Amino acid sequence: MKHLLSSIRITFFLMLVLGVAYPILVTFIAQVVFPKQANGSLIYEDGRLRGSELIAQNFEKPEYFWPRPSAVSFNPLPSGGTNLGPIAQDLQKAVKERGEKLRAAHPGAGEPPQDLLFASSSGLDPQESVSAIRYQASRVAAARNLSGETLEKLISEHIEHRQLGVLGEEVVNVLALNRALDKMKPVLQSPTQEPAAQDQIQPNHPSDSSGK
Amino acid sequence: MNMFDALQFVLFIGLLTLLTPPLGKFMARVFQGERTWLHQPLGWLERLTYLAGGVDEKRDMGWKEYALALLCFNLIGLVVLIVLQMIQGGLPANPQAFPGVSWHLAFNTAASFVGNTNWQSYAGETTMSYLTQMLGLAFQNFVSAAVGIAVAVALIRGIVRKSAQGIGNFWVDLTRSTIYVLLPIAFVLALVFVSQGVVQNFSPYLEALTLEGAKQILPFGPAASQVSIKFLGTNGGGFFNANSAHPFENPTALVNLLQMLAIFIIPAALTYTFGVMANAKKHGWLIYGVMMALFVSLTCASLYSEYSYNPIVGQGSVMEGKEARFGIFNSILFSTVTTSASCGGVNAMHSSLSPLSGGIAMFNMMLGEIIFGGVGAGLYGMLLFVLLTIFLAGLMVGRTPEYLGKKIEGREMMMVILAILAPCATILLGTAFSSVLPAGLSSLANKGPHGFSEILYAFTSAAANNGSAFAGLNANTPYYNVMLGLAILFGRFLIIVPILAVAGSLANKKISPASSGTFEVDTPLFAALLIGVILIVGALTFLPALSLGPIVEHVLMLNGRTF
Repeated sequence: MKHLLSSIRITFFLMLVLGVAYPILVTFIAQVVFPKQANGSLIYEDGRLRGSELIAQNFEKPEYFWPRPSAVSFNPLPSGGTNLGPIAQDLQKAVKERGEKLRAAHPGAGEPPQDLLFASSSGLDPQESVSAIRYQASRVAAARNLSGETLEKLISEHIEHRQLGVLGEEVVNVLALNRALDKMKPVLQSPTQEPAAQDQIQPNHPSDSSGK
Repeated sequence: MNMFDALQFVLFIGLLTLLTPPLGKFMARVFQGERTWLHQPLGWLERLTYLAGGVDEKRDMGWKEYALALLCFNLIGLVVLIVLQMIQGGLPANPQAFPGVSWHLAFNTAASFVGNTNWQSYAGETTMSYLTQMLGLAFQNFVSAAVGIAVAVALIRGIVRKSAQGIGNFWVDLTRSTIYVLLPIAFVLALVFVSQGVVQNFSPYLEALTLEGAKQILPFGPAASQVSIKFLGTNGGGFFNANSAHPFENPTALVNLLQMLAIFIIPAALTYTFGVMANAKKHGWLIYGVMMALFVSLTCASLYSEYSYNPIVGQGSVMEGKEARFGIFNSILFSTVTTSASCGGVNAMHSSLSPLSGGIAMFNMMLGEIIFGGVGAGLYGMLLFVLLTIFLAGLMVGRTPEYLGKKIEGREMMMVILAILAPCATILLGTAFSSVLPAGLSSLANKGPHGFSEILYAFTSAAANNGSAFAGLNANTPYYNVMLGLAILFGRFLIIVPILAVAGSLANKKISPASSGTFEVDTPLFAALLIGVILIVGALTFLPALSLGPIVEHVLMLNGRTF
């Protein structure tokens, strides 16, 4: 009985400390020091919310780079993968269909890279491998009437290298790249202007890595 | 495998090994009641907790009283969490106006979070209010981890003390592990996570207009503060449904590395704490080494399987259910870390792993979550196998077995065997029933052996207090919510109570001086024997079940069969 009473008292006290004070303190510091990240790395254009840098959006038009397939149709409520097993007929069928669609849209580009054939884990994977981006380059260049070199330059500027030189994989954020493409349009009409996307980029050394 | 895979593997193991002694030493000081540098800023909180709880922190408890206090605390936690979920609709911090959850989901989730399992039958971003996540789930993330540490420390005291009645004070162990160990590290980690992009706010969900003109609703919440303790306490319950595959929960490879380290760091450091407190540092490192050897070999096997060719989809390494920023290597490493520790957080969907990688994830859990294992639970689970090994070695040479000066007798061995067998029986019986009952079969998503694996994985995960899933299984049904909830409670408390009994019984004994006939526990011979016992018990118990699931699936895959 004594322990039951102590349990109740300690539970409610620790709930206040760990369940209220602690998250509020973290939120306060986070909102002061890292407001952008704490609020979801949101992208606003002319006061309008256009998405989050970290959450994939669906792109189907030929003038955009396409994201990895999503089990939740890019709707974050809720996130998730297909959970198809490695010998599931549905997986085999989906991979075959995606492959056919990709080959039809990218004639002459060879075999589609892995990450475009398989659905991501979260359904919201914002990035894809450099080879998946390069695979789509000629289609995007044709649809936008861009030269191959201009597009290649933009792509290599958007490569996110391994963190600290070793961690993770080399990837490209699809939404960031597509936004940069949209910004380049006026640039093409007046070629003296610098590309607007220059500010967010890493040193320009085109990588020939093709992922795995 | 490429060079970067190998580098990251070495980096992970190196960092873990480097961090083990300082944290282990720190915890030994905390639990032996010595003053540390954190007592200056946080000592008042410890004293205030005792005051609020009305407990006598000087009191030394016998094992029965210790167990009683622990069970009372968990019972209250269970009831409070069930009620909180069911009435969340009328409570504040619920910007999406989520209604109260069903009784069976509330029971399952409460059992799961109180039992340090964090199996989730629900999707966080569409079910739980911010208040439920913070006050209910994140709170249990802390205290269920602290309970695990407390039990491990009580067992160590039982081994160390001579002719003693008590094994410590539950309230003190609970409070100290929360305030001096879990809270400070979780706090720092949470801020690092936010800096990398993990969300931390109380904003309602926002609607975005995508570049192609579609509507997309973005979920938020106080995620970073919960995600840090989710890993540090080997809990694993995701703030969002996709868990640590979600870019708001695990946005970068650096966060990913820190999350894996957070899973292993306390279980690894506790081996050192044990070495210090038992004055047997070499033996502590031996336990660390055995865990590491099992971990490295099973991870390599899993990597080999995942990089092998899958003829069904005609690819050499399948990116289904994996995120581009992590790739194959970090997905597999995370999967073995999270399943060998009883974490259960995932950054890739385990259901879509290659058959043998999924099987290794299950085997990690079936061994009893002792390869580093859960916080506290890993160490006390491993010590069960140490005692079993000593006992078997004693039988072989015909002497009364001794462990660190304590004679191991029938009473302890009965408790050890009970604690080893209870989760095994729970897994196999639960799987067997669910494989024949219509209520069990109607939840399956995959056909063929993968369907069986979904059930086997669910009961393994529950009874081993892991919490990861082959998530195709629709577990949010009354049948699975109740069955898995019970499996979690059996797997948790049918180990903890026998462990405390062993601790009490060992504390009572005299220390017998080592003689020439004493079996030494810090030699390579002992390590080999221990690994042998662990693998034999695991394999004998579970090989038949694994053959029906992942193993036959692997063979079918090689033959190009689909389901």
